[in-house]
Amino acid sequence: MSPKIEISLNGSTVEADASATVLEVALEHDLFVPHLCHHPDLEPAGVCRLCLVEVDGRMVTACNTPVTAGAKIRTDTPTVQQTRLGAVELLLVNHHGGTIDCEEGEACDLNRIARFVGADEARLGRYRPPDRTLPVDGSNPFFTFDPGLCVLCGICVRTCDEIVGVAAIDFVKRGFDTTIGSAPGKQWIDSDCVSCGECVERCPTGSLSFTGFETPEYEVTTTCTYCGCGCGIHLGVSGDRIVSARGQRENPSNEGRLCVKGRFGFTFVNSPERLTTPLIRRNGALEEATWDEALDLVAARFSAARGDAFAAIASAKLTNEENYLIQKFSRAVMGTNNVDHCARLCHSPSVAGLVQSFGSGAMTSSSKDLGDARCIFAIGTNTTAAHPIIGLQIMRSIRAGGRLIVANPREIELARHADLFIQHRAGSDVALLMGMMRVIVEEGLHDPEFIESRCENFEAFQESLAEYDDATVEEKTGVPFAKIAEAARMYAENSPAAILYAMGITQHTHGTDNVLATSNLAMLTGNVGVPSGGVNPLRGQSNVQGACDMGALPNVYPGYQKVELPEVRAKFEQAWGADLDDAPGLTHLEILRGVTAGPIRAIYLVGENPALSEADATHAREAMEKVDFLVVQDIFLTESAEYADVVLPAASFAEKDGTFTNTERRVQRVRKVIPPVGESRSDAWITCEIARRMGASGFEFESAEAVMEEIASLTPSYGGITHDRIDQVGLQWPCPDPSHPGTRYLHAETFPRPGGRGRFVPLEYRPPDEEPDAEYPLVLTTERSLYHYHTATMTRRVPGLETLRSEELVEIHPRDAVELQIASGDRVRVTSRRGEVEAHALVTEASPPGTISMTFHFHESPTNVLTNAAWDPVAKIPETKVCAVRVERA
Amino acid sequence: MKKVHPAVVGAQPFQLAEHRPVERLFEDAEGRDRLEKSLSRYPEKKGALLPMLAYAQERNGWLSPEAMEEIAEALDLTPAYVRSVATFYTMYAKRPVGRYWIQVCTCISCHVNRGEEVFESFLEHTGTRAGEVSEDGRYTVIEAECLGACGFATVVQVNDRYFENVTPETVPEVLAQLEPGEPEA
Ligand code: SF4
Ligand code: SF4
Ligand code: FES
Ligand code: FES
Repeated sequence: MSPKIEISLNGSTVEADASATVLEVALEHDLFVPHLCHHPDLEPAGVCRLCLVEVDGRMVTACNTPVTAGAKIRTDTPTVQQTRLGAVELLLVNHHGGTIDCEEGEACDLNRIARFVGADEARLGRYRPPDRTLPVDGSNPFFTFDPGLCVLCGICVRTCDEIVGVAAIDFVKRGFDTTIGSAPGKQWIDSDCVSCGECVERCPTGSLSFTGFETPEYEVTTTCTYCGCGCGIHLGVSGDRIVSARGQRENPSNEGRLCVKGRFGFTFVNSPERLTTPLIRRNGALEEATWDEALDLVAARFSAARGDAFAAIASAKLTNEENYLIQKFSRAVMGTNNVDHCARLCHSPSVAGLVQSFGSGAMTSSSKDLGDARCIFAIGTNTTAAHPIIGLQIMRSIRAGGRLIVANPREIELARHADLFIQHRAGSDVALLMGMMRVIVEEGLHDPEFIESRCENFEAFQESLAEYDDATVEEKTGVPFAKIAEAARMYAENSPAAILYAMGITQHTHGTDNVLATSNLAMLTGNVGVPSGGVNPLRGQSNVQGACDMGALPNVYPGYQKVELPEVRAKFEQAWGADLDDAPGLTHLEILRGVTAGPIRAIYLVGENPALSEADATHAREAMEKVDFLVVQDIFLTESAEYADVVLPAASFAEKDGTFTNTERRVQRVRKVIPPVGESRSDAWITCEIARRMGASGFEFESAEAVMEEIASLTPSYGGITHDRIDQVGLQWPCPDPSHPGTRYLHAETFPRPGGRGRFVPLEYRPPDEEPDAEYPLVLTTERSLYHYHTATMTRRVPGLETLRSEELVEIHPRDAVELQIASGDRVRVTSRRGEVEAHALVTEASPPGTISMTFHFHESPTNVLTNAAWDPVAKIPETKVCAVRVERA
Repeated sequence: MKKVHPAVVGAQPFQLAEHRPVERLFEDAEGRDRLEKSLSRYPEKKGALLPMLAYAQERNGWLSPEAMEEIAEALDLTPAYVRSVATFYTMYAKRPVGRYWIQVCTCISCHVNRGEEVFESFLEHTGTRAGEVSEDGRYTVIEAECLGACGFATVVQVNDRYFENVTPETVPEVLAQLEPGEPEA
C-alpha cells in the first residue's frame, strides 16, 4: 500500500493514494472525467486528449498525471470544458462521420462522452469530414474491425501487447491515414492473432465488435467448462439460449480475461446435435427410448454385474458433486473400487509423484501469484495453447522483468518469449532436470537451510546426481550442457522461481519420475512454500482437480483417503451405510483391458471418449465393442457412444448446478444458466436415479448443494466449503472448516507427510518405452491446439473454432520433409506398431528433426490409434508423448 | 538546377532493381552480411529495423509483406510492429514501384511553389496515375511529405537523388536526366 496524501478535488479536500493518477482519484470519487484511451488494466497512454483537467491551473491529461500532495484539481473549468468539447468534436467527425445517435448507443464510450460534454451535431458541420472509407475486416469468425468507427485510442494494440503478449496488431500508416492493422499483407485472421477477443472486449467504441453475440436479457455467473484455468464467466441468456459471454473481473483466477474457447466456445450447448433422448441398442441399432425404459434396463443390468465385473469411468468435465456421486455409486452400490477417470491419462503421475515428495498432488501456488514469479520454468507445457489464462500470468511475469526458461521438444509459441529455450529430446526430462540439479549443488546455488529444516533423504538423492555428468546429460537430452547449466543458474538465482508443467512431464512411462524431478528441483532451491514459486502441474480439464479430489480414483475415497486404511474405510462405511471393498480397483487402462482379459462385464462411461483419447485407441474400441454392457452418458453421440448398449443424454455444464475445482485448487460455482435441452438430465440426477432403481439409499439429494454438504462432512480438505461461501468467488482448498479462508499456496510451514518433511527422491534415467529404429525411424509426440479441447466433442461443434482449425496436421521438420519428399499440404500416412492414420502435413521448424507431432482432436485422423499404451509402473499413465512411427506420402 | 543535393547520401542506388519475384533476404551470404553489419552497429536488434527495411527495398525494388515478415523474424519483432514502422515512412514502397520512384513534395513551401502542379505534370509526362507503375515499368509518381529542403521548393526526390526548384515546365528536363541517351517516356 502506498501512503495517502491530501489533494483538493473541485474544491473539496480528499484523501488519495500517492501512487494514483488524477483520473483514478477522480473516478474513485464518482467524478466522471471523460476518457477514451484509458483502461484500468493497461498502462496509461494519454493519446485521446479527452481527460483534460486543470491541476494547479495548468491543463493536463488526467490519465497519465500522478497526484501530488496538495494539488488543486479542477475537472470542470470553462477552459477544460471548451477544450474538451473541441477534442470530442474532432473525434466525432472522424468517427463514422459524426453522428451522435448511432446504433451502438450506450456500448460506445465516445457516444456517452459526446452526450456528457453536450456535443451538438449541428456544430460538426464546421469540420471537414474524412474522405476515405476503409474496408471492414470481417475475416475473424468471432469479431469484426470497422476502421471507420475507430478512434485510435490504441487500447486494442496495448491489450494485445501488454496483456496477451501476442502483439498481433499495431498502428499502421500515419497522420490522417493511421489505422489499426495486423501483419503485413494479411487479414486479421491470418496474423498472429489468437482470437481471444480481449481487444474487442476493451474497445471503447463499436469499432471492434463481436459477431455472434446478442444482447442478453440477463447474465448468469458460472465457471468455464473448458480447461483447468477455471475462469469465472458471465453467460448471457436470451430465452433458453446462451447468447454472450464475458469474463468475471472479480474472479482472481482470470480477472475478467478469457481465451478463445472460453469466450466463444459456448455455442455447442445449443447445437442441434445434442443428445436429447435416451437411446437403447435394439437389433444392433441405437433407438430412441424413454427415461424409464433406459434407466430400468441399466439398473437391471448393473444389478447383475455387481462387484468386480463392474467399472465406472467418471469425467473431469463433470462437477465435483457428480464425480462424488459416481464414485459413491460404484463403491457403495456396485461394491467395487473400479472407478477411475481421465486424470489417469493426464495427471496421475502428478498425484503419485507429488504425494510422495510433498504429500499433496496439487498445484502449490495460485495462478495469479505466478505473475509475480522472478523466474518461471515452463517444462512440458504449451501454456499459451493449453492454459491460455495462466499463459497471461507468464506474460505478466516477463513484463515485470522475470526470467522465463522454456524446455520443450517442440518450439512452442512461448519459446519466443523465453530467455532460454531448451529443446530437449522427448522423454529426456529426468536427465535434463537432474543435470540442472547437479550444477546447482556443485556451484553451491542450493538452499541448505531449507533442505536441512524442511526436507529428508537429501544425501541419498545427492548421491544419485553423480550419474548425471555433462556427457551423459548431453547425450540423453541432445542439448549442449552449457545451456543446461545456464538454465540451472537462472532458475536457482532468481527467486521465487515457479515450475510449471503439464502433459510433457506426465505422459511417459517414467512420468512419476519426471514429476519427482521437478519437486526435487523446487525443494533443492527452497522454492516450495512461497507464494510465487512451487511446483505447478497445470491440470487439463475444467474439473480434473475436483474429480481427483472427489475420489473418482480406484485407490482413494474423497480427499485422497486410502481405501486400504481400515479407519478410513470404517468412516465411509458408516456414512454410506454399506460394506466397502478394501482392495484398490482397476485403473482406466486396466478397466478396458479387463474386458478382454479380466472380469469386466459392464462399464458405466460418463463424459469420456476413450475411442479418441486412450493410447492405443484401437484396443479401447475393441474393448468397448466386446464388453457385455456399455452405458455411455454424454451430451453428444461421441465416437465411444457408438459402441454403447444404452446412451443417456446428459445436461451440459450450463444446464445444471454444482462446483468445479480448477487447477489452483479453487472450488467454484457452476450454475444452471438455461434449462437442460430436450430431455437431457444432469449427470447427478441420472446416477441417483440408477442407484434408486437398484434399491439403494443415500442418493436422495434435493440439490447439488446438499451433495456438497455430504462431501464436506467426509473430506477434510473440503470441510469448510459450502455453496454459500463460494457464491461470488471460490475458495482454495485445503479449507478444513467453515471459518477457514482457504489456502493460497501450499506447504508454507510443513508438508502434509508423516513427519512433515518434503522428501527428496533419488532418480534413475529411463528411456521411453519405444524408441525409433530402422522400421519406425521417427518419434511421434502429441500436442494440443489452442482452438480445440480434448477429443473436440464440444469445440468442433462451434463453427468459428472449426474455421480457425479444422483438421489434424502432421508437423514435421523441413529436414525430414525433404528426405521423405513431403511438402506442406501433402497427404501423409503415419504408421506405428499399432495402426496408421492419415492427415495433411505441415512442414515447420517447430518440430525438431526426427520428431513429428500431432494433436488428438480430430476423429477423422485418430492420433491415439498410433500411441503406445505402455505405462508408468506407479501411476499407470500410458506414454502418449512418445512413440516410434514411420511417415510416408499417402 | 542542381542535380544532387549534397546532404543526400545514397540510401538506395539511383536505379532501383526492376520489380522481380521477391527474393528471400537473409538466405544468401550477401543478405546475412548486411544483417550482421547492421546488427553490430546497434545495442539492440530492433535498431537494425530501418536499415533492413531499406535493404529489402534496395534488393527487391519494393518492400513486400514477405520481406517484412522475414525481417520481423530476423530481428525478433512482431510482424505487426514491422508493418507499423514500415508504413509510418512514405519512403518505403509498400507496393512495387517503377525503377524511378518520383516523390514530389507538396508540403507547405512546395505547395506555395506550385508543388501540386509539378506533381500533375509528372503524372502527365509519365502517363501514370498517382502511385501506379508506368507500363514500361519505369516510373511511379507519388506525393511526398516535406522532404526537408524547403529552401529549394519544389523539391522532387527520385530514388536517392534530389531535384530542386522544379517547376511544371522543367519536368521533362528532369525525366530526360534520369536515363541520359534514352528518349523520354
Ligand atoms: S483477439 Fe486477442 S490476440 Fe487477437 S488482436 Fe485481439 S487481443 Fe490480440
Ligand atoms: S483459459 Fe481455460 S478456463 Fe479460461 S476461458 Fe479459456 S478454456 Fe476456459
Ligand atoms: S484517457 Fe487520458 S488521454 Fe485518453
Ligand atoms: S515543404 Fe517541400 S521540402 Fe519542405
